Amino acid sequence: MTYALVAGVLFGLYFSLVGIGLNLVFGVMRIVNLAHGDILMLGAFIALGVVGIAGIDPLFAVPLAFVVFVLAGVLLYWVLVPRLQGSANPEMLSIILFFGLSQVIEAVTTIFAGTSERSIQSRLLGTVFTTIKVKWFGGKAAGAGPIQIFGQGFPAPWVIAAITSLIAIGLVYLYLYHTRLGTLTRAVMSRRDEALATGIDVDRVSAAAFGIGLGIAAVAGVFAPFMFGSVTPAFGADATVTSFAIVVLGSLGNPLGTALGGVVYGLCYMLVQTYLSSWADLLPYVLLIVILLLRPSGLLGRRVRVA
Amino acid sequence: MLNASKHLLFILAPLVVVFALLPGVYQNHLLLFNFVIFLILAQGVNIIYGFTGYLPFGYVGFFGAGAYGFAIMVMHLQTPAPLAVLVGGLVAIALGLLLTPLLRLSGAYFAIANLAASLAVLHFVANPALEGITKGPYGVSLTGTFNPTHAYYAAVVVMALTVGAVIYLKNSPFGLALQAVREDAVSASMAGVNIIKMRMIAWLASALVAGLAGGIYAWYVSVFYPDNVFSGEFSIFAIVFALFGGVATITGPIVGVLILYGIYNLIGFTTPQYFQLIYGLLIMGLVLFLPAGLVSLATRRGWHVP
Repeated sequence: MTYALVAGVLFGLYFSLVGIGLNLVFGVMRIVNLAHGDILMLGAFIALGVVGIAGIDPLFAVPLAFVVFVLAGVLLYWVLVPRLQGSANPEMLSIILFFGLSQVIEAVTTIFAGTSERSIQSRLLGTVFTTIKVKWFGGKAAGAGPIQIFGQGFPAPWVIAAITSLIAIGLVYLYLYHTRLGTLTRAVMSRRDEALATGIDVDRVSAAAFGIGLGIAAVAGVFAPFMFGSVTPAFGADATVTSFAIVVLGSLGNPLGTALGGVVYGLCYMLVQTYLSSWADLLPYVLLIVILLLRPSGLLGRRVRVA
Repeated sequence: MLNASKHLLFILAPLVVVFALLPGVYQNHLLLFNFVIFLILAQGVNIIYGFTGYLPFGYVGFFGAGAYGFAIMVMHLQTPAPLAVLVGGLVAIALGLLLTPLLRLSGAYFAIANLAASLAVLHFVANPALEGITKGPYGVSLTGTFNPTHAYYAAVVVMALTVGAVIYLKNSPFGLALQAVREDAVSASMAGVNIIKMRMIAWLASALVAGLAGGIYAWYVSVFYPDNVFSGEFSIFAIVFALFGGVATITGPIVGVLILYGIYNLIGFTTPQYFQLIYGLLIMGLVLFLPAGLVSLATRRGWHVP
């Protein structure tokens, strides 16, 4: 029971990281980024690349993935979104547009990387910490064994991923509530047309939010090989649906609600897996439908939904 | 109703005749069968998306439910195949009724909830705990009813019914009312349209045709796994085919299926990832440059497209 609860929180924090980028993009632009899971998948491939080519700790892939995808996101925004916003029904068409994008990403990755499952040895993650410890404090280079929490051992990568997620969520909070850009972002989130009328450069703010959303997704992707065991180019689609369940659970359009949604999801997932394992696959979907029907604004939500 | 008879004569009749005669001259019957199935599904998407604006991202849920309805009838009750196909359609309607609360959601919320619903049905059917009823993830084998020829003609009949339904929607006050609801539900209800009933009928009709298609598919292939009949590709293909041609028209989805599924069969089998790439780019280009589908090329010039 303790094991399931702690593992649920650890996974939950990670799941929040998975969902938060999607929510940011939806909240700001009313765009459903169906390619979200594929960005995760690409993040995982950056981690694979860092380990495979440089042979260093995959944690170094975190800043790399973030920077690469912020830039890619801004670029992508300018190519796709202004045209989309001009069409008759942007929200609906965005689903199809980004589905097309996800197909392209998946196909290109398959062409270059093949369809085989990739994984990274979990002891590689966090080696940078042990190295620093050895250099500065002496002592022996112990392998990153399981980490003890409440008398139970958990794989080190889970804990590292959870801590990174916490830091990332904290940074998103700082960005949204303590920077000028964040204030502008929230203005665009609540009323796009009024923000435009007050003279906010909506496109620039949205592009930034889009880039950050994609960057966070890629960071989450770096940990995907450790949390899910392995990744394939086709992994994106499942990740997208899971992210949606988390985001809706928190509340669509409220990035910080996602943190709560992720933890609730992680706990439910671990508990169901422990006690009713054959039904665990059903959980995200049923949860998603029930939440949408009962509380469409999510657990924390005010009524942000226009419908 | 002059237009309706014109549409029946010049669109439906040639389509049915061509697909009824083709097996005699063309050897790849599986390919023809798939064309007919996708024509049904694309028109089914057209009924719900084109006329009511609900994007059924989990449309395959009805298809799979129909296939499993068929399989369970045949496995457990030894029902004759045509009757089991009808039961497949009824199962899909039942699922549609179960999912009617989803119609309260709008826009992207509906699409996502529908996707989740289809995945939930997949995992429900594929659950090892239900092996006694659905055979779980191990798939079903229905060699007793295997008869591809009959199944093919049944598919052509269902296709004719589906296209007929779309022709009816296109030419009747009912279809006009539906489109009014799609454009502006509040104004439509002020004008005396019973929104809820209208949407329900369109939703259940599109569920029914997908269920019938699923039952016939099960009849035709006779051996399948949950992942086959609940594959997201069915939803996606059907939606993209319909959109590519142009929804809320009779000919749009037909054109979409013939062109896109044709391309798929030319290059998709040998190099699926290149097809996926082209396909993805095509979808993106479509949304960005031609959001109303191929038929909009003609309507922009002022030609009338049925």
